[in-house]
Amino acid sequence: MSRGLKGGLFKGVLLFSLSVGFLMLAALLVTVFRDGLPYLDLTLLTNPPSSDPAIAGARPAIIATLYIGVLLLLFVVPIGVFTAIYLEEYADKRRWYNKLLEINIQNLAAVPSIVYGILGLAFLVRGLGLGRVLLAGAMILTLLVLPTVIIAAREAIRSVPDSIRQGGYALGATQWQVVSRQVLPAAVPGIATGSILALSRAIGETAPLIMIGAVTYISFDPTILGPFTALPIQIYSFLRLPQAEFKLLAAASIIVLLAILLTLNAFAIFIRNRYRKSW
Amino acid sequence: MPRLSARRRRYGEDVIKGVLAVCALISVATTVGIVVALFVPAYEFFREISIVDFLTGKDWSPLFEPAHFGVLPLIAGTLLVTAIASLVAMPFGLGAAIYLSEYASPRLRGFLKPAFETLAGIPTIVFGYFALTFMTPLLRDLGIQVDIFNTLSAGLVMGVMLMPTVASLSEDAMGAVPRDLRDGAYALGSTKVQVATRIVVPAAVSGIVASFVLAISRAVGETMIVLVAMGQQPNLTFDPREAAEAMTAFIAATGAGDVPTGSIEYKTIFAVGATLFVLTLVMNVFAIRLVRKYREVYE
Repeated sequence: MSRGLKGGLFKGVLLFSLSVGFLMLAALLVTVFRDGLPYLDLTLLTNPPSSDPAIAGARPAIIATLYIGVLLLLFVVPIGVFTAIYLEEYADKRRWYNKLLEINIQNLAAVPSIVYGILGLAFLVRGLGLGRVLLAGAMILTLLVLPTVIIAAREAIRSVPDSIRQGGYALGATQWQVVSRQVLPAAVPGIATGSILALSRAIGETAPLIMIGAVTYISFDPTILGPFTALPIQIYSFLRLPQAEFKLLAAASIIVLLAILLTLNAFAIFIRNRYRKSW
Repeated sequence: MPRLSARRRRYGEDVIKGVLAVCALISVATTVGIVVALFVPAYEFFREISIVDFLTGKDWSPLFEPAHFGVLPLIAGTLLVTAIASLVAMPFGLGAAIYLSEYASPRLRGFLKPAFETLAGIPTIVFGYFALTFMTPLLRDLGIQVDIFNTLSAGLVMGVMLMPTVASLSEDAMGAVPRDLRDGAYALGSTKVQVATRIVVPAAVSGIVASFVLAISRAVGETMIVLVAMGQQPNLTFDPREAAEAMTAFIAATGAGDVPTGSIEYKTIFAVGATLFVLTLVMNVFAIRLVRKYREVYE
């Protein structure tokens, strides 16, 4: 075979590999919109689920997902950023316990999400006796995406050049003054981007919430300390019902979920591009 | 030499450092929590059911009388779906990575790579829906007699989901291969194909293997696709057209039900969960080591 033909063939195979992914993405979106669009209306957003697909909606699930999102950010941003500050600015990296901490965070990032669900079931729901409540769901999702936030925040903090810190010290600032007034403000865009991406991952998670016991019939608006069901769980519940109409309702709910995720991701990209700093 | 440190100790600074360290401890506590949550009930489970019966038994029916606790059907389900997903994700992911790294211009790569990664940002429940309502009917249209719930479509869709994991990490590894190596090969008269397949891929092999291992680990731990599309009946078979149950699907289905705390049914969640955790942990540690290795070589 001539060199040119071989080269062209190879490139063709590679392009084919790449396009399989894009084709599947397109097929997925087409399927979801074909099935879901007819059911995407105000009923879906304002009605609770029902055994009659014509009037069934996902209102309690959508509200619960918004609650979970807010609680998650309140929990995960401070814990994640403080951990990152500790590791980047304070920890002596030669100490064994700090090395262990780093390895631990890397490993946690790869633990299957269902295992976090088991943790939540054993400790939060049954051990602490919190019950199958929204707060327990938000807490377990916090632990799930905490490594993501820590890793993003560390990178943002690391990218602030040392000259900024030394300038602060030269003016007589203490370490915390340097960190809180110089380093952190400069790292905000990176931290914000990472946090929003973590949020969008948490909002799409289903498996840990199943373990917490979110697969229940909820017809009322959820509260933080009450039983709940989230949007991905509602999709799962719709999919489990035998009537074909509920599959279409699931598709319509998927459109709502994807719209939320797309908005979050667009926002993250906007922040990254708008506030990107080059030193 | 003048004193460089403050004369008076600043206790406020110590307090702040303490608060930061406590936050860092939360992630350690999470790991300890996971280990305790899994292994204490799992240990109690194995005092009632022999671990040999558990690992070699071919019948899994913990919720029926008489109950059987052989985990092999669940492991077989997980292995089969993982194998199918790997057969999709690895070649296509690697092909995409080689294209992005060696053929696409930096500008095109800047657009294609994030676009490809949107696949990884789609919630797994959506992929479950896709497997059930698109892939299974498609396979039937193609003349493959699959059950409504089947391992094949769950595995194929999972493979699609994992393509960006393989592509992204492999591309990172190929991007870290120094330009000199490529230029040297070109200077000796190599073609682009030869540079890609005999220089870049071998040089990036530890990163590529790491991406494969990570993809396998994620396939083993993936829950929603198998729960929705593969089925919830334990089935010791290697026929991908049949319905079966993966380990994660069993955990989720049992956890969602109202099994009483402390019962043997409740403890099965943890026995299977511990098995899953050990499996994925071994793979993750291996992958993390490989990634660190290639970073050290070229930096």
